[in-house]
Amino acid sequence: MKAIVNVGLKQGVLDDQGKATHHALDTLGFKELVKNVRIGKQIIIELNSTDEAAAKEEVTKMCEKLLANTVIEDYDIEIVG
Amino acid sequence: MKISVLQFPGTNCEYDTKYAFEQLGCVVEIIWHKEKQIPSDTDLLVIPGGFSYGDYLRSGAIARFANIMESVQAYAANGGKVLGICNGFQILLEAGLLPGAMKRNDSLHFISKYHTLKVVNTDNKFLSLMKKDEVVNIPVAHHDGNYYIDALGLKELEDNNQILLKYCDKNGTLVNMNGSVSNIAGICNKEKNVFGLMPHPERAIEELLSSVDGVNMLKGFLQ
Repeated sequence: MKAIVNVGLKQGVLDDQGKATHHALDTLGFKELVKNVRIGKQIIIELNSTDEAAAKEEVTKMCEKLLANTVIEDYDIEIVG
Repeated sequence: MKISVLQFPGTNCEYDTKYAFEQLGCVVEIIWHKEKQIPSDTDLLVIPGGFSYGDYLRSGAIARFANIMESVQAYAANGGKVLGICNGFQILLEAGLLPGAMKRNDSLHFISKYHTLKVVNTDNKFLSLMKKDEVVNIPVAHHDGNYYIDALGLKELEDNNQILLKYCDKNGTLVNMNGSVSNIAGICNKEKNVFGLMPHPERAIEELLSSVDGVNMLKGFLQ
């Protein structure tokens, strides 16, 4: 079983990397199509567990403690496999 | 004066910091992060600059869980003076010893240059030797110095005189160098015994280094 954790800046916190990437996409000719770009990171954790609910609870603790800085970042967790 | 300077894997300003404080007559000890206790005779604890744990995950995010940090938390809670320079500031934010968080510079570039700073508040244990509105020239060197705090938090910092330094031009007009909320370069906690700043005063202590403005700032930390 794996946990796929996506961490990104909260809505309302200016995402300078997203903004710069958006600008670059505009200049590459995607201006009409691209509405907004946000950049985050994905953390993939392989787990020794078969209990999905318990695993999610533990991964939530990991996010709160280390994986995300909740002052500026949001996270979501997906348990797969 | 006894100063303890923390050292993590990737710290790279510990010897500059040691040298700078030794020039001011202090006894300086470098403390490895695996230690459990900071020396009991510590008058000032410094978390120096560098790239602890390669800045992996987020700057300071991993260092804050090092063995020594429990002792740092206890020291700060007892009113001990803690100074975080650059990566040290980032670690203090991650550890919750200072409010807010650091983001990547808005230019997305690593910025390494001399920069002028304005002294905003002096009624604290760190900048008591400086004058309000004084402008000093001290180098910065960081990638993640874009200080963020929400509007409520900013108001609290302002109301409690917790903003100590802001970026400015040489005439003292505030400038936004890296995206920081309210041009903030350094803040302290509400109790005013924990101070974090992005600029490096320890790098501005000799004419050869083109500024000696760091000397008076460092002396202030010893008051």
